[in-house]
Amino acid sequence: MIAAKATTVEVRLPSRLGYEKVAMSTAAAVAKLMGFREARVEDLKTAVAEACINAIEHGNRLNEALSVGVVLNAGEDSLEVKVIDDGKGMKGLPHKPDIDRKIHGEEDPRGMGMFLIQALVDEAEWVAGANGKSSYVRLMIRLDKEAD
Amino acid sequence: MQSDTKAHVDQLTSPAGHPVTVLRFEGDIASTSKDAVLGTYQGLPKESAKLVLLDFTKVDYINSSGIALVIQMLIEASNSAQKVYAFGLSAHFTKVFTMVGITKYAGLFPNQFEALAAL
Repeated sequence: MIAAKATTVEVRLPSRLGYEKVAMSTAAAVAKLMGFREARVEDLKTAVAEACINAIEHGNRLNEALSVGVVLNAGEDSLEVKVIDDGKGMKGLPHKPDIDRKIHGEEDPRGMGMFLIQALVDEAEWVAGANGKSSYVRLMIRLDKEAD
Repeated sequence: MQSDTKAHVDQLTSPAGHPVTVLRFEGDIASTSKDAVLGTYQGLPKESAKLVLLDFTKVDYINSSGIALVIQMLIEASNSAQKVYAFGLSAHFTKVFTMVGITKYAGLFPNQFEALAAL
């Protein structure tokens, strides 16, 4: 089944770790319907999971009264995913983890989520919401007709 | 929502005759896996467990918090003169481990047979 025109799927998650897997499964299902090959579906799953984890932990600070919105827009040749939280937005841009510095205790072993997101999708941007709320990360993954 | 991480330890001998401690994981490797991943590793005798092999064959989901636990294990192993190897990762997580640089400190193998043959 190929999406002939834009199709939107929305999921709302509680701010509880583990529920990122619901968004991950939904994104994978949409990507498979669009015809993405398996390796790209796996890339998308990890990117969406990490975006949701950031939203749950850092955006909504694990406040279960707040939810994380996940909006998937399936176009003809690309899938856009927005992950929306009630935080002030991410500070700074992703940096490539330095494994040597981590092993020698000079860099936190954690903090790889944003790097993975950026590395696994075709486009990633972090947008701070007005009034310090409704910030989001927008991911874009393209259906590569040559490779797919 | 996250599946519990199970871990158990096997003692094997490589074809070359070296004792190899295998940590077999099952379930998700995420922030809730600290006891299963680090706790199990920290329970190994540092004097005798010099070759540690991680089995990810039954792991479906690893997130960045889980990767951080593996890196914490590598930090401790580096300080204890232990060598860590892994097998059973999917093609995707082999790529992710390579991207974050883990392969510099932990050799990856497709399966247990090939891992043991190299040790």
